[in-house]
Amino acid sequence: MTASTVPAAGRGAGLLTRGAGLLALTAAIAVFPLVFTNPTVTSFGVITLIFVAVAAAWNIFSGFSGYLSLGHAVFYGTGAYFLCVAAQDWNLTGAAIFWLLPLAGVAAAVIAVPLGLIALRVRRHTFVVITIAFFFIAQLSASNLSVTGGSSGLLVPAPNWASATYNNPFYYVAMIIAALTVALSWLVRRSRFGLQLRAISDDEDRAAGLGVRAMPVKLTALVLSAFITGMAGALWVYFIGEAFPQFVFDPLFDLAIVLMAFFGGLGTLAGPVLGALVLEPTQLYLTQQTSGYESEILFGALFLVVILFLPRGVLPTGAEYLVAGRERLRRRRDQGSAPGASGGASGGAADGASGGAPGGAGGGAAARPAAGGAS
Amino acid sequence: MTATLRAEGVTKSFGGVQALADCSLTAPAGRITGLIGPNGSGKTTLFNVMTGYERSDAGQVLLDDRQITSAPPRRVYALGIGRTFQLTRIFPRLTVLENMLVPGRQGRTGREQRAHAMELLAFTGIAGHAGALAGTLSYGQRKLLELSYVLVSDPAVVLLDEPAGGVNPSLIEHIADRIRELNQGGRTFLIVEHNMDFVMGLCHQLTVLDSGTVVASGPPEEVRKDPRVLDAYLGTGPGDD
Amino acid sequence: MAQEIGQAIAAGILGGGVYALMAAGLTLVFGVLDIINVAQGILVVLGAYLSYALSVHLHIDLLVGLLITVPAMFVLGVLIYWLFIRPLRGAERTSMTLLACFAVALIIEGVLYREFGSGYVYLNAWYTTSSVHIFDFYLADIYLIGFGLAVVAIGALYLILYRTTFGRAVRATMQNQAAARLIGIDVNRVSALTFGIATAVTAIGGMVYGAISGGFTPNSGYDLISRLLAIVILAGMGSIGGALAAAVFMTTAEALVDIWQPDWSVAVFYLAMVIILTVRPTGLFGRRAARAQ
Repeated sequence: MTASTVPAAGRGAGLLTRGAGLLALTAAIAVFPLVFTNPTVTSFGVITLIFVAVAAAWNIFSGFSGYLSLGHAVFYGTGAYFLCVAAQDWNLTGAAIFWLLPLAGVAAAVIAVPLGLIALRVRRHTFVVITIAFFFIAQLSASNLSVTGGSSGLLVPAPNWASATYNNPFYYVAMIIAALTVALSWLVRRSRFGLQLRAISDDEDRAAGLGVRAMPVKLTALVLSAFITGMAGALWVYFIGEAFPQFVFDPLFDLAIVLMAFFGGLGTLAGPVLGALVLEPTQLYLTQQTSGYESEILFGALFLVVILFLPRGVLPTGAEYLVAGRERLRRRRDQGSAPGASGGASGGAADGASGGAPGGAGGGAAARPAAGGAS
Repeated sequence: MTATLRAEGVTKSFGGVQALADCSLTAPAGRITGLIGPNGSGKTTLFNVMTGYERSDAGQVLLDDRQITSAPPRRVYALGIGRTFQLTRIFPRLTVLENMLVPGRQGRTGREQRAHAMELLAFTGIAGHAGALAGTLSYGQRKLLELSYVLVSDPAVVLLDEPAGGVNPSLIEHIADRIRELNQGGRTFLIVEHNMDFVMGLCHQLTVLDSGTVVASGPPEEVRKDPRVLDAYLGTGPGDD
Repeated sequence: MAQEIGQAIAAGILGGGVYALMAAGLTLVFGVLDIINVAQGILVVLGAYLSYALSVHLHIDLLVGLLITVPAMFVLGVLIYWLFIRPLRGAERTSMTLLACFAVALIIEGVLYREFGSGYVYLNAWYTTSSVHIFDFYLADIYLIGFGLAVVAIGALYLILYRTTFGRAVRATMQNQAAARLIGIDVNRVSALTFGIATAVTAIGGMVYGAISGGFTPNSGYDLISRLLAIVILAGMGSIGGALAAAVFMTTAEALVDIWQPDWSVAVFYLAMVIILTVRPTGLFGRRAARAQ
């Protein structure tokens, strides 16, 4: 795809290692509940996978376009409430409820259209604030409307599955959703649509001046993101069994997914996944072990640490260290010949942050292997 | 493919500052026109008005005989007018090749699009950096990138805002050569520049702007001798700044 | 009915003043530093808790306590800026600072939970429950005091901004940071002091909030920040006077709606914002149409 300066062999080897790694990870996730059968552990797994999907979905919109949404809980909650109401109205129980998930996603996607049309007309600053406001409107509505059960919330009929493997169906559905989301982000990133999104992220006016239709592109990304988030929310509420406004619309939710995406590397493919895989179990564990406020303080502090010291996220920063390290080794080996391009394998796109100054982002001639390739 | 771009009677003020006053300028088809003038004379503002980035208070902008005064930048670009910016505007987090792919397909397949992009990059001389992040390019290379992607849509008219500004001398010559080549294919050029040598050697005609009005227009040798132009630059006349 | 409406309008205007006071810090920080301080809500609550602690543990009157809380929060503001905001650079700066503010808000909230628990607390003084009877209206004393403080504080801000050298430096930075640096203004110092002043004003807002709120918890920060953001968005960022107008408009509308539909009165805040934004994305008085970011 790119006239890269990386020799083809090196690129092939890089893709192979990455493919193998991906396969191994997927296999590990797939057999996880069969190996660790403790229900607490598997329930952590379910929630973590849900957050993988949500973080990746958030990234499809916010990571690629640069418009940070702090209101994704709106889509999460819409999906959740939709499932509750639909399950009740259509008298569904057990595995049949899983069929509601895509519908819940659609409900969230539908909501995303008017919200996007309003919110995407403003600059990035204001956009974030508007998403916060939308969040509170949603929370308020859920607390006051009768269709959502007001502040007493709604219940979902719990399936009567064997308690030993109760979590497993949820786990695998979550895994499927997460996998689909990652696949979707990969597709988006290598598509022309993704290119336009990223151009908008860098310089929206310039992109518009070159023929990119900013609003439809942004809106589409938002709708895609909302669809998945809605599905995830529906799955979550089915797993938990009940929906209360303050838990469904939780400000910490939005903050958590942003932190996950940042932690792993904003705008990259593996970033949100990594962020969710690391942070969510940590958070679940902490909330169990400590009292509420301590986890809040820790969370906030962790967030600050990431923002201040790892602004591009763990993955890209780690990748940079790898690249720089490899460069040093190579230079020492070649003794005097000009340093060639780095080999294929290093993690996600060394994207993100200070693009402004010439010679900015990343070390040296950051020749990128197969642009848009999986990472 | 070629076209004439004209501004007639363009007036624009920002708050209390009159940036352009009854400004008229013609960039004839197939010629290279230079737009010069002291700092603050309104050159970039005129560019902005002509390409839809600013709205004029009065006057018109015409492409051949067609009114494009109120066309937004996207439409201007679609009509075949490309422009670059004084402070280069590229997409720093996309690769050089990806930068070239941002403008639309122009009816080409993906592969054709990429091949065409690489051709253009080879033409301007930065094909070797195709896989690099645009943010890592030097200033001069960015100018070349901007020139490259503006050419993707095969515009009939190209507006360049200080293509030689801040660029090292050998590169300046390179840029001038490329412009000449493109012009030979019939493309119309309108170039804002401060570098007199560059402008004198390249342009078929010059228009001089001072404090928002056109004070002289014609072939370079004539214009350089025009006393009004000297006034404009040296500020010896009354009311000059 | 007329009396009810009149009462609502009066409450709305006074309430608007109080909200404007709370939003002043937000507007100031945005105007000068281009930062949306989403921690503003919890800072107000912090101010309220500080007044509470002084009042309950040291028996210091609420108004007198301001002499302590205002400088204390000034220092806090400077610290927050210096430690968490100043170091942020790069193309993503605005988003990062916003997230940093969110993170700081979380930490403060956690600390408040730790120190004060999650139960409701109240600010009490002889003037928190009494009211003045004018014509047919009852105007709560504390609202009048709050409004008065708002006027004083905002007036003081204007004086500082327009009559002092420091204020001139602030305004210069507001308009053009790069140019301000070039003429020798220490932008970092100006920014830190501005943030400090904004937080100091918030101490006053906090005390008034605590007194009129009829009980607050660390969780109250969320409701507050959402209202404050709605006000600032509606007003258009960067205009203190606009924030006052927007605040008055919204609180009055809410008070009026409250007469008929108490459950939905809060929604007025947000609906107004949404409606205005569809029509005018830059807000009613917005100056910053497009800051390339």
